[in-house]
Amino acid sequence: MQPNIKQSLDIVSLVSIGQHPQSGRVRRAEQDGRAVELGMNLGGDNLTVLHAGDPQEQALRTYAGMGLSSMQVLNLDTQDDAVPALADYLQQLRPDIVLTGVRAESGESSGMVPYLLAEKLNWPVVARIADIVSVEDGVAEVMLALPRGQRRALKVALPFVASVDNAAPEARQSAYGPGIRAQIEPLAAVKEEDAVRSNWSEAKAKPRPKRLKVVKAKTAAERFKAATAKPQGEAGKVLKGVPAKEQAQEIFNLLLEEKVI
Amino acid sequence: MVLDWLPSVLIAVALSLAVIGAVRRVSLWRAGQPDKVDLIAGLMAMPKRYLHDLHDVVERDKYMSKTHAATGGGFVLSVVLILAVHLFGVDNQILAWALLAALVLMFVGALFVFKRRMDPPSRISKGPWMRLPKSLLAFSSAFIILTLPVAGILPEGTGGWVLTIILSVVIAMGLAEMMFGMTWGGPMKHAFAGALHLAFHRRQERFGGGRSTGLKPVDLTANDGKPEILGVSKPKDFKWNQLLGFDACVQCGRCEAMCPAFAAGQPLNPKKLIQDMVVGLAGGTDAKYAGSPYPGKEVGYAKGGPDQIITQGLVDPETLWSCTTCRACVEECPMMIEHVDAIVDMRRFLTMEKGSTPNKGAEVLDNIIATDNPNGYAPANRANWAADQNLPLMRDVKKADVLFWVSDGAFDMRSQRILRSFVKLMKAAHVDVAILGDEELDSGDVARRLGDDAAFQSLAKRNLEILSQYEFKTIVTTDPHAYHCLRNEYGDFGSDALDGVEVLHHTTYLNRLVQAGSLNLEPFKGGTVTYHDPCYLGRYNGEYEAPRELLRSLGIEIAEMERSGFRSRCCGGGGGAPITDIPGERRIADMRMEDVNTTGAELVAVGCQQCTAMLEGVVEPRPEVKDIAEILADQLIEEVH
Repeated sequence: MQPNIKQSLDIVSLVSIGQHPQSGRVRRAEQDGRAVELGMNLGGDNLTVLHAGDPQEQALRTYAGMGLSSMQVLNLDTQDDAVPALADYLQQLRPDIVLTGVRAESGESSGMVPYLLAEKLNWPVVARIADIVSVEDGVAEVMLALPRGQRRALKVALPFVASVDNAAPEARQSAYGPGIRAQIEPLAAVKEEDAVRSNWSEAKAKPRPKRLKVVKAKTAAERFKAATAKPQGEAGKVLKGVPAKEQAQEIFNLLLEEKVI
Repeated sequence: MVLDWLPSVLIAVALSLAVIGAVRRVSLWRAGQPDKVDLIAGLMAMPKRYLHDLHDVVERDKYMSKTHAATGGGFVLSVVLILAVHLFGVDNQILAWALLAALVLMFVGALFVFKRRMDPPSRISKGPWMRLPKSLLAFSSAFIILTLPVAGILPEGTGGWVLTIILSVVIAMGLAEMMFGMTWGGPMKHAFAGALHLAFHRRQERFGGGRSTGLKPVDLTANDGKPEILGVSKPKDFKWNQLLGFDACVQCGRCEAMCPAFAAGQPLNPKKLIQDMVVGLAGGTDAKYAGSPYPGKEVGYAKGGPDQIITQGLVDPETLWSCTTCRACVEECPMMIEHVDAIVDMRRFLTMEKGSTPNKGAEVLDNIIATDNPNGYAPANRANWAADQNLPLMRDVKKADVLFWVSDGAFDMRSQRILRSFVKLMKAAHVDVAILGDEELDSGDVARRLGDDAAFQSLAKRNLEILSQYEFKTIVTTDPHAYHCLRNEYGDFGSDALDGVEVLHHTTYLNRLVQAGSLNLEPFKGGTVTYHDPCYLGRYNGEYEAPRELLRSLGIEIAEMERSGFRSRCCGGGGGAPITDIPGERRIADMRMEDVNTTGAELVAVGCQQCTAMLEGVVEPRPEVKDIAEILADQLIEEVH
């Protein structure tokens, strides 16, 4: 479906270097590819594809192979933190929408980049979107991806940061020709060492024992329901038509109860 | 004869128009890309190529080969003599008699052409081709009458005005077809373009019984590693001699009769494809095309020109993706046109420039790039199949007599049965064999046929790099696709890893072992057996005999299918066709199984894991499908210690 765009849009898709789960080889990251795909479908020529890292990295060519004429790369060393550089660049560029993947496939893979950027830019962040349906008068209607194929429509004012879920349309095929011909423009960037990370030590993950799944369902209908239906949380509470302050209080209480804060 | 200057004027006019047409036609071919061909040597070799290579193919249809020899030979001889007798007026009775003989020969040939055109088979084109026998008859008969007085059979001036005028009209008709039509796009164009195509063929190695089947690599280093265009987008991106080759097509439709995709009702007809390429190089539409269409597609809507993108209006990409690269069309083409080269050239553009490989294409290519196998399995698991086989790894032994190239069958449980059978036989024959284990990568066959030559070249170079570290005399593989790549395509990448190494298919190697008495086999006692020739073993590499000899060595009398040997029908599994999966009316594998069924066989012997997979995919009840290695391993008498 073509998105309904009624204004000019400046979009930035942030891309990282992916890592293939089987071979460990660098590649186009799944979710970041989707962020570029979404950006291409929305923005046409007003799309900036931005990476913070090494401009020589060959995996960048696999994004360019989607048909980009150029890519911007904030030139960083491996020990540098991507967030300050990205925030600084976006501060100056002031795009309407910043698209990212949910989490990177390599590096810290914390999934924090969209949140940290939104915090620095003081923009709203929309997590796990499947699509942007329309943009009109500075307001975008986005589809959030919920588990089991469910969607939630949401309106958000521009500018905002959105992370793109696996439910978003798959990235188009990357072609070799346009990939090698694309201009990769290295940009000078704010360099700040990622102090937290430099203190970490990395080790291979150990496979954890898996809990065996006990199938309680007796009939086909029950199995089908178990596979598709939304799990019914017992402790949920729906607050509708209640003042925002009370809603916030309720959330605050829950967080306290759950020992989050 | 009154007005005796008229025939010579007609001949001179027709000749001049033919020359102008020829220059025009040549300029159309020259719009293509440069390709190095020795022009003089080619022209010198041309008559021999015509008489041998081309005629050998035509000879498969005895009726047509005799007809063509008479008509074509008579015509060529007549033209030379006509120029002497009627244009330059050499007054010599012997020459005139010779001319008469040539013309009569041509006339008789033309009668047989006429006879065949009375009830033409569906594969040959109609339209202007239907008038060709009449033009041939007009040409030869008119010149016979014109020559009679010169030969002294009739007195000069016989017939008077009326005969002269009638004769002149008939001569004009004949000359228009034979001279003017030859260079201005008439049916006789095949003689002019065909002769030059034989001389300047892009694969000169094919002549004199040679074989040249490896695809030509894309130059990825052009323009500082950033080539302006990859593959063929417009007709002018073809090499000039490829364009010339398209123009040589005589529309006999033998390719169409052999094409598995056409028979399956997929939107491909090799003859129409070549004619569309002619439309592209000359500019225009396919409205005048008078042969079978692409199944399911109407004729008349294709438009193209030398500078227009082929897949936008001239040829539907689906047509290009329907091809299984089985080479049946190329093998059958009397003009030795290279259909598969052209199709892969255009696929390269679709994959490497447009990124539009259909269906599972993109996913498979991504997997090949990221994991060196088409299904995205962990590269470290490649040798898991051999965990219980006690096979030495090259990494450990560095040196072995035989390197067993396992190929991607390593990841597939059905193919693993073939691999294990082969290993069992090798061990029984005490062969010093080793494998590369997880150092082996996909051969790149699928990537290359899907048009991603960059991925292929990367795999080829890395494989060669690994191979160059070890010492071995022979590579044996159970996969004819890997066999083809290693044997015919890896040579283009400047590595000496395969210098002096013999690359063999397992049936060839096993046959040597059996003939040398290294394997102790008991006779096969099952029912009727037929053998399916894999395209990449047979047509691509010319190995038809070893698998048959192996089966015979088990006492099997092969119930041959009608389409076998060099005319074997594809299983439908080549060229990435199962990946791009273009819909048709039937499945190629089902048609092949029907071929098997007509022999009454209970077992199909195969020499390819891909063919095994395709044929086993046919719903039961159907004959059993087994690789020759499996059949042999079942009959192996093992030594008991």
